[in-house]
Amino acid sequence: MSIDRATAARVAKLARIKVEESSLDSLASEFNQILGFIEQLNEVNVEGIEPMTSVSPQKLKRRIDQVSDGDQQDRVLSNAPDAREGFFAVPKVVE
Amino acid sequence: MAAYNNWTIAEARDKFRAKEITSEELTLSCISAIDDADALGAFVHKTPDEAIDQAKSADLRLKQGDAPALCGIPIGVKDLFACKGVLTQAASKILEGFKPEYESTVTQNLKNAGAITLGKLNMDEFAMGSSNETSVYGNAINPWKVSDKVLTPGGSSGGSASAVAADLCLGAIGTDTGGSIRQPAAFTGIVGIKPTYGRCSRWGIVSFASSLDQAGPMCKSVRDTAIMLEAMCGFDNKDSTSSESQVPNFEAMLTGDIKGKKIGIPREYRLEGMSPQIESLWQDGADMLRDAGAEIVDISLPHTKYALPAYYVIAPAEASSNLARYDGVRFGRRATLSASENITEMYERSRSEGFGMEVQRRVMIGTYVLSAGFYDAYYNRARKVRSLIKKDFEDVFGTGVDAILTPTTPSAAFELGKMESADPVEMYLNDVFTVTVNLAGLPGISIPAGLNSEGLPLGLQLIGRPWEEGDLMNIAYTLETATGFSKKPEKWW
Repeated sequence: MSIDRATAARVAKLARIKVEESSLDSLASEFNQILGFIEQLNEVNVEGIEPMTSVSPQKLKRRIDQVSDGDQQDRVLSNAPDAREGFFAVPKVVE
Repeated sequence: MAAYNNWTIAEARDKFRAKEITSEELTLSCISAIDDADALGAFVHKTPDEAIDQAKSADLRLKQGDAPALCGIPIGVKDLFACKGVLTQAASKILEGFKPEYESTVTQNLKNAGAITLGKLNMDEFAMGSSNETSVYGNAINPWKVSDKVLTPGGSSGGSASAVAADLCLGAIGTDTGGSIRQPAAFTGIVGIKPTYGRCSRWGIVSFASSLDQAGPMCKSVRDTAIMLEAMCGFDNKDSTSSESQVPNFEAMLTGDIKGKKIGIPREYRLEGMSPQIESLWQDGADMLRDAGAEIVDISLPHTKYALPAYYVIAPAEASSNLARYDGVRFGRRATLSASENITEMYERSRSEGFGMEVQRRVMIGTYVLSAGFYDAYYNRARKVRSLIKKDFEDVFGTGVDAILTPTTPSAAFELGKMESADPVEMYLNDVFTVTVNLAGLPGISIPAGLNSEGLPLGLQLIGRPWEEGDLMNIAYTLETATGFSKKPEKWW
């Protein structure tokens, strides 16, 4: 499977990373190197094998669904690049 | 001022208990060594005032008696661990200025045990790299040197390795997703352990690949790693994958008695073109363990070859999801926008300006392997291969093997900049012996075993059964005693 310029641009868009037009060819070529390496996995017979979902056999723990924390607006916002009147501020989303 | 910073944790603990020295004196000695070592690029955020305050409290606690082993011991913290009020940037521009409002569980556990935190340590950006060359802070440098060549301390925990090897602190914490504790430990002649997945809480550690990431100690001796690991790990309500398995007294398990232990030598780790020095070191290690009473057996881990390709699907896939949170909205750096730019442009430019090239590459590869149409072909296939890799180990342990001996890395530390022109895959090969352990969730430890002909340290890795870190460290301790490795880099910085 080979990645072309258009696919590289599509992946960059999906990943929300801006890639300049002029960098798309080299990006596609790097992808192909890495994917070429990954292609080795096709040599393995995986018939009947379950994909691994958990490293250790333990079950995920459950807890009671209750409020255990909160009321920390200032701390939640303290690292925001733009916080106004108790909210995260972003460019206009809805006209 | 007298220098105490070259002590081991165990030595310092004993001197504290004998009232021969205070934590404050030891801490000052480390602070002075750190200030003297900017050329190594190891400490990227120093917290000397905090450290001295902590040392004073530790001294009070020591005076009262009954203080834990780590009480008063100065350590360094990889920049991946959230420390309340201290810059925590994962060596990335996108986390510029980020000061967490909370403390990671591992650093909190260490502080509760009385450890002194000297500051944050350099690393590869988001722990993605094997040479510490992707850091926004610049390179960390290996204190070991050959003629004029400036060498990498390895990565991603390069700053941690460099700091411990150069005696800037008595121990450090790192994280290991594919070899990021063990490879730098091997490159700098120190000991590093990645515990069983779930042993340490991941809460408050900047996530890279959640099913692979584990924290662990990097120290000057196996005994020190045992002391430090015990203080770090344990069940944590805030990480549902952390284990309730009991945490034993690891240090008490270092008996040096390994009679009857079965050590496996995996034939698949004998790579074509492997350096004869590494091969003979590996053989020497096996002989030493045999002399100590262990039984050495040849074993096979047939899917070893596929571990790296599987890793380079699974780790980027998880990273692409984990790193989606860096969007320039809630924390970290936002690109400067023009009035006409919309929210999508804000995301895209914040991320392209904030992430370095290797991180971008991995996020995009991860996005691709998870995208519609490729999920089964790449991601699901890789997870199936991961099941087979884990089964390889289970089969071997099922035959009574207690631990597996391998080299830690395929080479000694290389020159900084040397891999710049190489394709990304070549750099990935550094992790060829370590990555299987993360995929299978097992504990693995690297100990220094000797020097190569250039005078650079080489490491051996022992891989243990899940939750048997104590047994594993005892075997490592026995090997450490047998090799008698005690070389230190000559101070040039």
